[in-house]
Amino acid sequence: MSVKLNTRQVGDVTVVDVAGRITLGEGSSALRDALREMVSKSQKKILLNLGDVSYIDSSGIGELVSGFTTVTNSGGQLKLLNLNKRVKDLLQITKLYTVFDVHEDEAGAIRSF
Amino acid sequence: MAVLRMQENKHHVPDTVERFLDSTLDSVDSAEELALGVAQRAGFDEDDLMKIGMAVRESMVNAVVHGNRYNSHKKVRFSVGHNADRLTLRIADEGESFDFATVPDPLAPENLLRTSGRGIFLIRSFMDEFEMRHLDVGGTELTLVKYLVSK
Repeated sequence: MSVKLNTRQVGDVTVVDVAGRITLGEGSSALRDALREMVSKSQKKILLNLGDVSYIDSSGIGELVSGFTTVTNSGGQLKLLNLNKRVKDLLQITKLYTVFDVHEDEAGAIRSF
Repeated sequence: MAVLRMQENKHHVPDTVERFLDSTLDSVDSAEELALGVAQRAGFDEDDLMKIGMAVRESMVNAVVHGNRYNSHKKVRFSVGHNADRLTLRIADEGESFDFATVPDPLAPENLLRTSGRGIFLIRSFMDEFEMRHLDVGGTELTLVKYLVSK
């Protein structure tokens, strides 16, 4: 299964439920397109729920970084929610865990914006 | 083209699978599947299988995208085999030789927000041995080794 994105609005926060694999090709480009579209619509508060992401490769990590930079440069905030152990380990060994604002609880994440 | 070799060993029955794969992203999936099949038979646990799978994917992406540049006339030679104590993978492309030493350190603070350049770092992190050599006929070959008893 490639990546599947579902977007919902919680107050002024856009929550993106991401499921599947964020890998080079369809997976990473779908995420990139979705984030760019949100930025173009001036959505400034974006929460990526990665709870159902089964796999992410270096290209997927690159897309997370790219999305973070794009949203931040447009004056917005991009935060991460529900990292599973694999994704968390990857962000830790690449030293990106502290770059992102990572949450384990959706309500808390929403309040943090 | 596929070559399957099996040789008797008093400790184990090693098997080596070799494939010549197209320079497409589908080949990345094929190589991962082959590697995980052999690694599973060799007895690696789930955590190591994840690391092996990811190292194979990153190596194949390098070969297909950066080495062969999706050229339909160029192949990626992929082999995976194991013996009693290790899994050995070789991934060779037919592209321009690439100097991995020129890839900036992805952990340096100034590089943390780069969107690429983490593949080789991840391979090194997940495998026990990593070697890269330029081939006389052109192209680059990566050799990855994972020890069966590494814990």
